[in-house]
Amino acid sequence: MTLVRISELSYRYPGVIAPALDGVSLEVNAGEFVVVAGASGSGKSTLLRAVSGLVPHFYGGAISGSVSVAGNDTRDHGPGDLSRDVGTLFQDPETQIVMGTVRAELAFGVQNHGWGAAAVARAVEEAALALAVDGLLDRPTAELSGGELQRVALGATLAGRPAVVCLDEPTSQLDPVAGDELIGLLRRLNEDQDLTVILAEHRLERCLAAADRVIGMLDGRIGFDGSPAAFLIWALDAAPYLVTPGARLLSRLGLDPQPGVKAARAALRAARLLPGPVDVPGQESALKVGRETGSRNRFLSPRHADSPSALRFDRVWHELRDGPVALRGLSLTVAPGERVALMGRNGAGKSTLLRHAAGLMKPTRGRVEVAGRVALLLQNPTDYLVHDTVAQETSAGALARFGLSELADRHPRDLSGGEKQRLALAIVVGDGSSAGPDADPGLEEPAVLCLDEPTRGMDRAAKDELVALLRTIGVAVIVATHDPELAAAFADRVVLLADGAVIADGAAAEVLCGGIYFATETARILGGAGGALLPEAGAALLERERVSA
Amino acid sequence: MTYRRRPSSLHAAAAGAALGWCAALALALIVQSNPVVLGALTLTIIAAGALAGVGAELLRALRLAVPLALTICLINALVSRNGLTVIWRFGDLPILGQTNVTLEATVYGAVFGLRAAALVLLGALYSLAVDPDQVLMLFRRWSFRSALSATIATRMVPVLLRDSKRLADAQRCRPGAAPGRLALMRATTAGVLDRALDVAAALEVRGYATAVHAPRRDRRAASRHDIGFSLAGAGVAIVAVVGRVAGWCPFSAYPLLRAPAGARELTVAFLLMALALAPFADRRGIRG
Repeated sequence: MTLVRISELSYRYPGVIAPALDGVSLEVNAGEFVVVAGASGSGKSTLLRAVSGLVPHFYGGAISGSVSVAGNDTRDHGPGDLSRDVGTLFQDPETQIVMGTVRAELAFGVQNHGWGAAAVARAVEEAALALAVDGLLDRPTAELSGGELQRVALGATLAGRPAVVCLDEPTSQLDPVAGDELIGLLRRLNEDQDLTVILAEHRLERCLAAADRVIGMLDGRIGFDGSPAAFLIWALDAAPYLVTPGARLLSRLGLDPQPGVKAARAALRAARLLPGPVDVPGQESALKVGRETGSRNRFLSPRHADSPSALRFDRVWHELRDGPVALRGLSLTVAPGERVALMGRNGAGKSTLLRHAAGLMKPTRGRVEVAGRVALLLQNPTDYLVHDTVAQETSAGALARFGLSELADRHPRDLSGGEKQRLALAIVVGDGSSAGPDADPGLEEPAVLCLDEPTRGMDRAAKDELVALLRTIGVAVIVATHDPELAAAFADRVVLLADGAVIADGAAAEVLCGGIYFATETARILGGAGGALLPEAGAALLERERVSA
Repeated sequence: MTYRRRPSSLHAAAAGAALGWCAALALALIVQSNPVVLGALTLTIIAAGALAGVGAELLRALRLAVPLALTICLINALVSRNGLTVIWRFGDLPILGQTNVTLEATVYGAVFGLRAAALVLLGALYSLAVDPDQVLMLFRRWSFRSALSATIATRMVPVLLRDSKRLADAQRCRPGAAPGRLALMRATTAGVLDRALDVAAALEVRGYATAVHAPRRDRRAASRHDIGFSLAGAGVAIVAVVGRVAGWCPFSAYPLLRAPAGARELTVAFLLMALALAPFADRRGIRG
């Protein structure tokens, strides 16, 4: 049964000349799990907004063509009417939670639909059980973590039992554990309750394996519509930035790309490049290398205290009043020019560590020593942009250094996400011209650059651009991130935090190889073999083993 | 400073009863001006906060309330030309001109400041002890959207506080000269508007714009806490209004100070305190 029917849909936001959607036609059947893939600005979010009725009823603009959801034409029915059939979840859970307690939040939508008290109570109970938030029902929403908030927001979306749910990058603010849990949960709801899912996501390696179908968006048009495996084959030529690391690994070995770790492993096993789960006698695979790297006792390799350091944490504690301990006697030394990725779950202490480095927080015990200025780029680059033009935000030299000179006359809020990120970097790093003993202490080249979740919500092209930029800066760089692919591409060293303490500290190839959540897709496919983190290294390793076998 | 369910009689009462009790105290603070009565009402609010388990939060609110009260007192003392008992002669001051501080203007300012401080504390107690979601349910029958707007506005306060802290942190990370206040204010406003837009979109897709009235719920039987706080609120309101009409606790500042603190004023003050705090005595079924 066709649930969503889009016919020749074109749409332009008010005041914008280029169309956000251009002649899109599409049908989604009941019970399908559809992933919408595309670069930033390709029209993914706008497509979801059109299905939920926010386009054009909420955003205005010019529209042609038609969208029909469960038989309701969105030209005649606004988002309020459509909310009985369409649940919508956005990126930021904080702005979607409108009530004081989880119970009231889950009840809000169905109460708006005029359900009676008994029906509301049942809907709340069932949504809470389905989303495993039943233990949170009487908790104030202000006290929930990001992952909990997103689950509650999804529960509130699903409480009214919509036929279709549209999710716009719902995992972008979650750590890998919470993100994988959310995707798994959506798949389970899709299978158990026949819920139709339309999911826009940048981190395709996280969700392609769960999808029945993928829609690839290119500049407001549908570039591809088909199965996840076929999508990866299409993307290899048409949109390489959408290819998952696992697919890149397989294609480099001359194999057809497959979505997900399990399918990729199966393809490698079929090509005898990877041993089976239980080795069959007489069937030797090319890859004999086990997980010889990453032995546990090497994970906490001590750094010499007397070696030169750009930043040193010496048994630093940070105890919050009426709250948990954010840092527990943390010791860490970062050498000049070293590139460090800081990983861990939400609440592990990553942001607190960076704030201590930059002097925004003071330790309750212990010492933080820095060899100069620390530049800190916080999670939201927009917070740095307060002027009317890009040129007013920082010096011409800094703009030139970060490739922003041509944008000098633009309004900072009109820039793309990647450009805002670069401008904020230019602001905190400066042009590096003020150096030497007479330099203004506020403007000298920083000794350390810290970035807190810099790739949140970014597509792969923007991430690659950021990695290339960070490699040119030449000072010690610490990046707090949830993205193992970014950590593998950028860092010499990975520090894993949990509960305010360092639990693993070593070369990226050691730390990111052995895990499940904090591991790259390549490492998970290869089971950590050979310390290969990225597709190129993994393919080279398998080729070497194939030749030697 | 947000609502969290705690083990107290006030939290156990239905939002309607708790809201009525708070409104009665607010009414008493507005209609009564005698310093003895106002002082007693302020102590009542602090005691109620302690009994409701939010004493520490109320003390934090005091940090805002006390400077507010002192500022009001000071401004009235310096600006008011009323009163006959001069206690300080400043002579000619720039802008203010001839400035004589009178006892009457100082006491009037102090009383006004005390009332403002008490209302701030009462507001804090309300937001800490009365469930905003229940208040929304209570008012949606009459004016759903107004009630929702008020609730959302309350909900936005902590979000915006977090946003402004983030913005301040980002500005602390900027090397060199800090941006001007006007630029910061514009950025803050733009951020608030963005947030408001996000929340509005979230409300739209949750059916807010087409909200329909639910079938009337079966009326829940009133608990003894509901009855207790309702009766206490009614008692406080009656004593305060009757006391005002009957002139039991007179107060006038100008031209000469008249603020008696005799047996009648003390009795009214005690009666208001006892009435307001009586429901807290019933702690049966409250686990803490």
